[in-house]
Amino acid sequence: MSVLLDNLDDFLSRFGVTLGLFVLSGVASMILGTLLAAMRVSPVPAMRTVGTGYVTLLRNTPLTLVLFFFALGFTKLFFYLPFFLLAVVGLSLYTAAFVCETVRGGISTVPAGQSEAARALGLGFTQTLSLIVLPQAIRSVVPPLTSVQIALLKNTTVAAGFSVVEAGGFYRVVNEQGGSTLVALLWVALGFVILVVPLTAVQRRLEKRWSVAR
Amino acid sequence: MSAPTTVLFDVPGPRARARNTAAGVVTLAVVVALVGVLVWRLAATGQLDARMWEWILYERIQLDVLDGLVMTLQAFASAAVLAVVFGAVLALGRVSDHPWLRRTSSGVLEAFRAIPVVVLMFLLYYGMPSVGVTVSTYVAIVLALTVYNGAVLGEIFRAGILAVPRGQSEAAYALGLRKSGVMRFVLLPQAVRSMLPSIVSQLVVLLKDSALGFLITYPELLFQAQRLGSNAELGYPLIPVAIVVAVVYITLCLLLSALATWLERRSRRNPAVRTVAPRPEDGE
Repeated sequence: MSVLLDNLDDFLSRFGVTLGLFVLSGVASMILGTLLAAMRVSPVPAMRTVGTGYVTLLRNTPLTLVLFFFALGFTKLFFYLPFFLLAVVGLSLYTAAFVCETVRGGISTVPAGQSEAARALGLGFTQTLSLIVLPQAIRSVVPPLTSVQIALLKNTTVAAGFSVVEAGGFYRVVNEQGGSTLVALLWVALGFVILVVPLTAVQRRLEKRWSVAR
Repeated sequence: MSAPTTVLFDVPGPRARARNTAAGVVTLAVVVALVGVLVWRLAATGQLDARMWEWILYERIQLDVLDGLVMTLQAFASAAVLAVVFGAVLALGRVSDHPWLRRTSSGVLEAFRAIPVVVLMFLLYYGMPSVGVTVSTYVAIVLALTVYNGAVLGEIFRAGILAVPRGQSEAAYALGLRKSGVMRFVLLPQAVRSMLPSIVSQLVVLLKDSALGFLITYPELLFQAQRLGSNAELGYPLIPVAIVVAVVYITLCLLLSALATWLERRSRRNPAVRTVAPRPEDGE
């Protein structure tokens, strides 16, 4: 207990950074992922190919490799950016591929009659997608999207391995003070359980409530 | 999933065709520009110079990289086998008739799914020594991957067992099979067949996560990349080595993903197998 109480400020500020990473990358990945999904169902073959290529590539790349590039390669090639921002970019690019697949799966659950009716009314592709299909797809997309975002929350710890002052690195502080790293890490693990389990419960409830609709 | 793409828009007329072509050209231009900037920066910072790629000629370094690959595959293989076993145990616990066993297994499963693999790995490697147990990097990475992926696989197995129609187990009980027999001869064979694509997809996740071993200095591919990249005699070829390692990793994962897709297609063709919709991938 003393391991936690002595370092409570540090512990909390580290989880604050974790949540910051999570929220920023979460929002960015959802925007990018939805755009990618729109590209993958668009009438333009080049866009479909680019979207598919991006998703295949990123889904088969270890996140560690993505962050490795941003942590160690980016500054060498381009210019200096604080690693927190680079971690946000890396996590967003990685997670966007999974968001894209989820959204695309959701689009396919909307009955074909809906978009046929939209087209009969004279709506174009962009209007059909944004006014008719996506709003209806949200129902079936939110539960799996929650689990994508839960995975993102856990993935933020990878950034700790690349010197972001994040929850995963809490043990180092304790270690320097001669405290038990085991206890420190157990507290971090507990912190994640406290963050993730309610999210999982929300996801389960949404899944149960919303899956009946169709 | 080709249905939505054809239903979302009309067959393009002359104006729509022109517009689509324009959009296609713009997309390609953007992609070419992005790749161009990357190559330009690579060239401008001297990453493409012959000297930076010299390392690839040395036999010892080739062997080092190969060693890294072997280490990666070793960790992957042991963790994959153990995770499948652990997942099966958890799944059996979750479909057990004893409430206490069910509750314990789901508690264990929830906890292990909620803790990030990195934290598990750190716990084993940096945490255990403070209670006097020293764990090698190899054991730490294999155990962490086993525990996490075992929990996820447990969920997959359970879904597979529950997806086998009730009539199957009822018929087996009617024939006089015991609980273990029903599970072994009737439920599991059908469940495994229908869940095979999802299992292999989860193994892709495991393979990707094995790169996390880098964070605790397990000498796998990425670790070799960093070691070589900080070699002054070779001119710090971090980016060239990273490019090669990335190609190796991505090829491995693509091969495994292709296997999953192939299995899924094959089982979809086979009417005897009811494919359970694969678990939505969640980017672990």
